[in-house]
Amino acid sequence: MSDTTTEQSDSLTNERPDRPTDDVELAVDGLVKRFGGITAVDDATFEVESGSMTGLIGPNGAGKSTTFNCITGIYEPDAGTVTFQGADITGIRPYQCAEHGLVRTFQIAREMANMTVLENLMLPAKRQRGEALWRSVLPVTRREVVREERELLERVWDTLEFFEIQHLAAEKAGTLSGGQRKLLELARALMTDPEMLLLDEPFAGVNPTLEKKLLEHVHELREEGYTFLIVEHDMDLIMENCERVIVMHQGSVLAEGAPEAITSNERVIEAYLGGEV
Amino acid sequence: MSTVDEAVNRGRNLSSEQFLLLVVGIGAVALLGDLILGLASGTYSISRVARYVTEGILYGLIIGLAGIGLSMTYSILNFANFAHGDYVTTGAFFGWGVTYLVAGWGVASVGPLVLVAPQREVSGAQLDVAITATPIAVLAGLLVAGVATALFVLLIDRLAFKPVRGSGGIPLLITSVGVAFALRYVLVFVYSSSTRGTTASVPSVDFLLVDGYVSIGAHDATLIVAAVALMLGVHFLLQRTKLGKAMRAMSDNRDLALVTGIPTERVIRWTWMIGGGLAGTAGYLMVLWTGTIDWQFGWLLLLLIFAAVILGGIGSIYGAIFGGLVIGVGMHMSMIWLPGGDFTTITAFLLMILVLLIRPSGLFGGKTTA
Amino acid sequence: MSANTTANATDERTRLEALWERDAVKIFVAFAAIYLVYAAIGLALGYSLDGIVNTLRRMTYLIAVYGMVTLALNLHWGYTGLFNIGVAGFMAIGLYVTMMLAKPVDPTGAAQYPGLGLPMPIAIAGGVVAAGLAGLVVAIPALRLRADYFAITTIAFAEIVRLGLTSGMAQQFSVFGAELGTGGGRGLTRNYGDPMNVIFELEAFSSFVDLTNALFGFGPTQARALAYSIVLVLVLIGFYWLIQRTSRSPFGRVLKAIREDEEAAQSLGKNTNRFKIKVFVLGCALMGLAGILWRFRRTGVTPTAFRPHVTFYIWIALIIGGAGSNTGSVLGSGLFVAVLFEGPRYVRRLIEEVVTVGDAPNTFAGAVGPLLSANPAPFLRYTFEEFLTLQFVLMGVALVLLMHRRPDGLLGHREETAAAIPLADRPVAETGAGPRPGGTDSDRGGDSQ
Repeated sequence: MSDTTTEQSDSLTNERPDRPTDDVELAVDGLVKRFGGITAVDDATFEVESGSMTGLIGPNGAGKSTTFNCITGIYEPDAGTVTFQGADITGIRPYQCAEHGLVRTFQIAREMANMTVLENLMLPAKRQRGEALWRSVLPVTRREVVREERELLERVWDTLEFFEIQHLAAEKAGTLSGGQRKLLELARALMTDPEMLLLDEPFAGVNPTLEKKLLEHVHELREEGYTFLIVEHDMDLIMENCERVIVMHQGSVLAEGAPEAITSNERVIEAYLGGEV
Repeated sequence: MSTVDEAVNRGRNLSSEQFLLLVVGIGAVALLGDLILGLASGTYSISRVARYVTEGILYGLIIGLAGIGLSMTYSILNFANFAHGDYVTTGAFFGWGVTYLVAGWGVASVGPLVLVAPQREVSGAQLDVAITATPIAVLAGLLVAGVATALFVLLIDRLAFKPVRGSGGIPLLITSVGVAFALRYVLVFVYSSSTRGTTASVPSVDFLLVDGYVSIGAHDATLIVAAVALMLGVHFLLQRTKLGKAMRAMSDNRDLALVTGIPTERVIRWTWMIGGGLAGTAGYLMVLWTGTIDWQFGWLLLLLIFAAVILGGIGSIYGAIFGGLVIGVGMHMSMIWLPGGDFTTITAFLLMILVLLIRPSGLFGGKTTA
Repeated sequence: MSANTTANATDERTRLEALWERDAVKIFVAFAAIYLVYAAIGLALGYSLDGIVNTLRRMTYLIAVYGMVTLALNLHWGYTGLFNIGVAGFMAIGLYVTMMLAKPVDPTGAAQYPGLGLPMPIAIAGGVVAAGLAGLVVAIPALRLRADYFAITTIAFAEIVRLGLTSGMAQQFSVFGAELGTGGGRGLTRNYGDPMNVIFELEAFSSFVDLTNALFGFGPTQARALAYSIVLVLVLIGFYWLIQRTSRSPFGRVLKAIREDEEAAQSLGKNTNRFKIKVFVLGCALMGLAGILWRFRRTGVTPTAFRPHVTFYIWIALIIGGAGSNTGSVLGSGLFVAVLFEGPRYVRRLIEEVVTVGDAPNTFAGAVGPLLSANPAPFLRYTFEEFLTLQFVLMGVALVLLMHRRPDGLLGHREETAAAIPLADRPVAETGAGPRPGGTDSDRGGDSQ
């Protein structure tokens, strides 16, 4: 981790999983989540291929966000399994999920408002030795921590550069615009060195210019080998950008497949027309 | 997925709450068993236990009565009001000033009477204050304790809480700590820091219970009647009136209430007044019951009131009453095993902490009953 | 006025402003001002030099102790958002355990309880560890509670500690065959040597006594008290250093993130519970140490010293200074002690010096009655008589006003950098790629090496 900064390139990380794309990155099997009498997720089953960009759509209340929360450990599912890169991660804690390399962003950006953009981005890096209290305090080990911080800061600047938000470095995250916050959240998620990113409505409330930029970044990252699962309301956006689409309705998966197949799927049309209009 | 795996999974996820619940459950069963066996074998005196229960219920009624107000402000205004205990003391002084004035008119000068005899110029015994001897003085005091405290609490809301109402629960809580402190020492400034006796002795009825007597005094009875009547009053107010419905709506969802046009400011005003009035009367009854008044009894009661409210579930008035009774009875029953009374308060606090750990939403959980 | 002098003036101004930006300067200036005012008033009243120095000495002692606790609380609340209002309980545990460990094994006299007779340094370490462990006991189950529930739990814990110490049951007990006791409501007497004797018995200390005698006319007792205050100030500096290091580090960054949004921090791979437990235990241990240093030279201690008042004082100091700022915590403690805690007493002494107040009416009624006939004198006399009561009212009102007018305190608006290095500028790297952003914000922090 300490040698990431030596090589300057467009790539953010030095190691990317080099697996064939037909590998399954994330598998959700029979997921169920109930709140009181309401079943928010009802036997949802789907897979996400490694290195793919997959869209997860569905009308309001279809259970998309709850599914996200179950996968990332915010909720504990009542039944079903979640498998990530072949390992069973069902019901693990959110921080363990991130340690596995599966990181999410939130529907409403949750930046650390009173921390600067730089601090926000320095926070997520994994295996920071200075997170052990004694190392940060004792004079000898402190020196090591300071060195590590310098290297980390360099990486953070690279990330800022990638997203072209260097000018915001010293700003408090709370003062950023909605779109900038979404960018920051994506950048922050990347700082954890993830394998796969779950984006919960990353384009909601983002102006068209920034949306285009954000999309470019996502595509660029996907080409580097990251896997994406994106929840989004904007159907067109998903259809244009994702190679696979999963449609949820009333807690379970209604259809799964390539965008063209989805747009012509009778049941999907019915669910959308019947459910929303 | 095999059922064995699921069972293992469940076992792994046995949360600390469930574990604690198990421990507490075993503890409770053990204590109950010990109590029953002890009563049967005569190790514990039946009448003594009955006395503890009676005292606990009376104490619990006071805590519950004061707890209703705390619970209401907690759920409607969304903050833990640390000044509530001092509202109880304030109400007691307001009310007892009037009781002394009525009972001692002509006996002593007005000043010391209204200030509840700060230098012990007269005592309750001298004035023969009791529900049996001076019923009008007591009733007048009770009424004033309620009404004056209601208005006073409203005033404090204007001065202290309203300006920061928008800034969230924690700033309000810290503000209320400041209010509590200031108010308590204003009471010392005005009413002095001496502890004084307020009542004359009253007749009581003794009930024979196997191996001894349980005695119920006239003031015990007054406390029961007044507390139950007030609780029923609040119940009808919340269930039957438009105001009550608005209050329940606000406690459920403030934003929605705002949107649907419930006049929130008016509801907040009434919440303060009802809560303050009940706190004041609870303070008055406490003094009537114990026969002494001092400047910090409400503050010392505060954490017990919190315990009751949390036990019953914030926002539920029935929860507060029930919680009060549990805390009161639990405190007194603890003396069966931990004699001397040093541990009654500790027992109550531990009960509260356990509830917070096992079921933070309280026994009547949720905000559905207002 | 020529343009030149104006330029010079603004120059001077910016230089001063830059100087003021340094925290050490802020603290120094504020404290110098406080001490000067106190000294000036004392001089004006013709107090003797040793009296004035003694007043300042007492204030230093209080500021140092309150400063320590406030810094520890800042670690809890300011950095991590842990709403601890049971401060007094952890202080009590520190002091009581230390005393119980240090007291001699054989009790002498009727009101004495046996201890373990351990040497002072071990006893102090024991007290600190015990306070930390108490923190652990509270933290493990309670940390997942909402802030307000957490607050109620901690204050209930502190009251349980106080009531437990007061109760007769723990008055004397035995652990593993060793007799110990809390002394119940009567408390514990210090029937062992002054814990500061390590210093007082030094050869060099006698010259310190001589020095203070020559300078201020101090006797040996006063000299010792002064030395004690100086030691406390050094410990305070140690606290400041430790907490500053803690907060300016990756560890501190996670604490800040927990305060901002715990769930988001978790989703970024931080095991927040572990951080919360660590920081809570650390803060509680420091509170325990402060509790020990606060009163371990006294002849004894009773549980009443640890009423919730103490916690209240610390919170006022923290809010005056501004939660989140360590410098603010020290400044807040200074202002709290000087203005709210010692100030009114000093003013009262002052008034007594200048005017003869006369006999006050002994009740509020006696004070108010004459007001109706436009005679304010009795009311004023009564007010004066009840000055100490009003001081508490003043503290409460001060807290309310702070929450209304300045909830961020003096320095709470200023966010301290949560990193082990300064973040103002992009460090010059070998690649040098990319445009240099304008790190104009005077965002300093960390170890500038």
